[in-house]
Amino acid sequence: MKFLDEYRDFAPVQRMADQVRKAATQPWTIMEVCGGQTYTIVKTGLQELLPDLVTLIHGPGCPVCVTPTAMIDRAVGTALLPNVILCSFGDMVRVPGSSQSLLDAKAQGADVRIVYSPLDALQLARRNPDKEVIFFAVGFETTAPANAMAVWLASREGLMNFSILVSHVLVPPAMEAVVSAEGSKVQAFLAAGHACMVTGYEEYHAISRKYAVPIVVTGFEPLDLLQGILMTIEQLESGRAEVENQYTRAVRQTGNQLAQRRVAEVFEVTHRDWRGIGYIPSSGLSLRTSFERFDAAVKFHPSLGEIEESGECMAGLVLQGLLRPYECPAFGTRCTPDTPLGAPMVSSEGACAAYFHFGKRKENNESFVSLASANYG
Amino acid sequence: MNLSCPLPRPIMDRILLAHGGGGRLTHQLIENLFLPAFSNPALNLRHDGALFNAGNGQLAMTTDTYVVHPLLFPGGNIGDLAINGTVNDLAMCGARAVALSAGFVLEEGLAMETLEVVVASMRDAALAAGVPVVTGDTKVVDRGKGDGIFINTTGVGSVFAPQPVGPTFVSPGDAVIISGDLGSHGIAILSVREGLEFEAPVFSDTACLLPAVEALFEAGIEVHCLRDLTRGGLSSALNEIVVINGLRITIEEALIPVSDVVRGACELLGLDPLYVANEGRFVVFVREKDAEYALTVLRSQKVSSHAVRAGTVLEHTSGIVTIRSRIGGNRVLDMLSGEQLPRIC
Amino acid sequence: MCLAVPGKIVSVVVEENCGFRRGKVDFGGVRREVSLDYTPEASVGDYVMVHVGFALSVVDEAEAQLVFDALRDLDLLDELQEVSP
Repeated sequence: MKFLDEYRDFAPVQRMADQVRKAATQPWTIMEVCGGQTYTIVKTGLQELLPDLVTLIHGPGCPVCVTPTAMIDRAVGTALLPNVILCSFGDMVRVPGSSQSLLDAKAQGADVRIVYSPLDALQLARRNPDKEVIFFAVGFETTAPANAMAVWLASREGLMNFSILVSHVLVPPAMEAVVSAEGSKVQAFLAAGHACMVTGYEEYHAISRKYAVPIVVTGFEPLDLLQGILMTIEQLESGRAEVENQYTRAVRQTGNQLAQRRVAEVFEVTHRDWRGIGYIPSSGLSLRTSFERFDAAVKFHPSLGEIEESGECMAGLVLQGLLRPYECPAFGTRCTPDTPLGAPMVSSEGACAAYFHFGKRKENNESFVSLASANYG
Repeated sequence: MNLSCPLPRPIMDRILLAHGGGGRLTHQLIENLFLPAFSNPALNLRHDGALFNAGNGQLAMTTDTYVVHPLLFPGGNIGDLAINGTVNDLAMCGARAVALSAGFVLEEGLAMETLEVVVASMRDAALAAGVPVVTGDTKVVDRGKGDGIFINTTGVGSVFAPQPVGPTFVSPGDAVIISGDLGSHGIAILSVREGLEFEAPVFSDTACLLPAVEALFEAGIEVHCLRDLTRGGLSSALNEIVVINGLRITIEEALIPVSDVVRGACELLGLDPLYVANEGRFVVFVREKDAEYALTVLRSQKVSSHAVRAGTVLEHTSGIVTIRSRIGGNRVLDMLSGEQLPRIC
Repeated sequence: MCLAVPGKIVSVVVEENCGFRRGKVDFGGVRREVSLDYTPEASVGDYVMVHVGFALSVVDEAEAQLVFDALRDLDLLDELQEVSP
């Protein structure tokens, strides 16, 4: 596939890794913000190609992981209401709320459907006028334009049976929360390339200046990540702290302004609770009052039980990059993908799930280091 | 005195509860549909059980129940799976199927035409595999209590492999060979469920693997283990094997064959081809020195014409499967946790 | 949510009443209908980055090539250095 395969080829990737090895002369700690980037890094074993001097820590860019328990409970409660079709992306349906996940609700009889686009949910609403169709709108800025369009179209068509449950979060406030947290080791960021495709990267200058951190907008393929890391290291080594764009084939400085306008028309910035991190002001989106009739949280009032986060789940520390998944005492034992305590173990791009699936397990006799040094050519 | 109506009853166009009642309609379904399709001496006796010869050696037996949705998909239907799947399971034991049973659970309201298509496919698949369906059963459940058709097939086979095959016979140093490209069946199914469109259609890879297995043994190759790839894909098959024998298998991502269009579909849906279902592919373990020859033999058979060597069994005893990515990094290829869900992130 | 996939626009349809643009986009042989409403500049033959059914950006093919040119230059540089130590 063009614009994908060539960024995964062995030769250019090795070449770029060589450049990274030459460029780093002292230890640096870089955070990749987006869960999709974490997924690539762990899936391809990218860390092995990096010199020991370079440490990658995984950021909170997993909207599934940071969706508050209360929000999942609300989604589950709504799904269990009569006459409701609850639509969700696949990533979300296994994440446990305080007592169950959407998949559990489905087993109980709730009509939960996995969709690939909010437009699929909209189509379901058109085809099922006697049902209430609710779309669980979880995501960062990348997904907001799609959700905004779905609501805008529903409004235009006068659809009465479509609504969204909004759990949108914004990347820059999360980055700021991470880099300003006590104990933060983050010296630079690889910013989320696809979120920036929508928003552009002008708002990152303020963070870069305030905290003196290089920020490089980076793509998702191995070659992109290595080039992003190289650009970051070059900045760090020369004492610069600027915003740069590695992902120039997809990201423009001002982003996609049509998309931004539609998002601003339908949504407004709001304060949000982040599961595992806590309250971050002006870090999320909610529907404007003019579109209130499409807000499932206003329209439906499912009874919600007591909300309890697992005491043992250390997701917050993992999401902020302060803890490696295998440093959590529950990792791989009491907390596994089949029996998750928190979201990062369930979400396909959550750091804990990635580490578990891709082998970085504490209880194995082999650690990841020895895996890497296995001599099988 | 004969009380039955002399006029032939019109053929129903839908399955009714009465078809499972054991009375006239059941009888008609069997006589008009199943018996003509599967006709063979054992079945035609219409006994409660079938008698047949199974050779002088060891017997193998397997059972499987098929619940696929949609029932019909590009390249096949539930009927093909039901015959091929069970024949293949026996072949993986180094056994040739000598008889199959077919048990049907039909949902009230199922279109008769669908059932006819499925049974015709089963007839064709059974003929191609050289195995008779010697006994069967039919039940009907209320509308809403079944997914159209559920089929159970049980197979009895005659073992022809000169030595036993299985995960416990895999040795360190063995070569891991895959019989062909991955993921076509799963994507063919999804293409119907998700309404995917293709430039050229993706067909399920459902096929009878027996000829390829027979060829390996006929060539005198020492086969250590055979495993067909079904749900959960290559990853699940390899993981199941190492769970049993505690060895470590490593595979090379660059060597794993996946067609462009399956890859495109996986990228789009956020799926990993290593976990996508197959129905006409298998993995075989042979000694390193037999690997080249095994590949030649497999490639001479239609069903395994694109066989490749994908990995190696290692000395380490850790019961895991690892994969070296295209860029040279390594990771564990884990067992699937629940169903593979599409990801958008 | 970050999985955006590049695909080539094979055909474009404009809805009569409202002017909504939809494209049939090819992803390595798989074709899907995608909304082009956020990329009005995109036309047949262009590659777009698609996320959850929407094209969000047109791929800049010249920019895409830059990294490979740079790496090739590095290779050439190495060869030169090998030849003339």
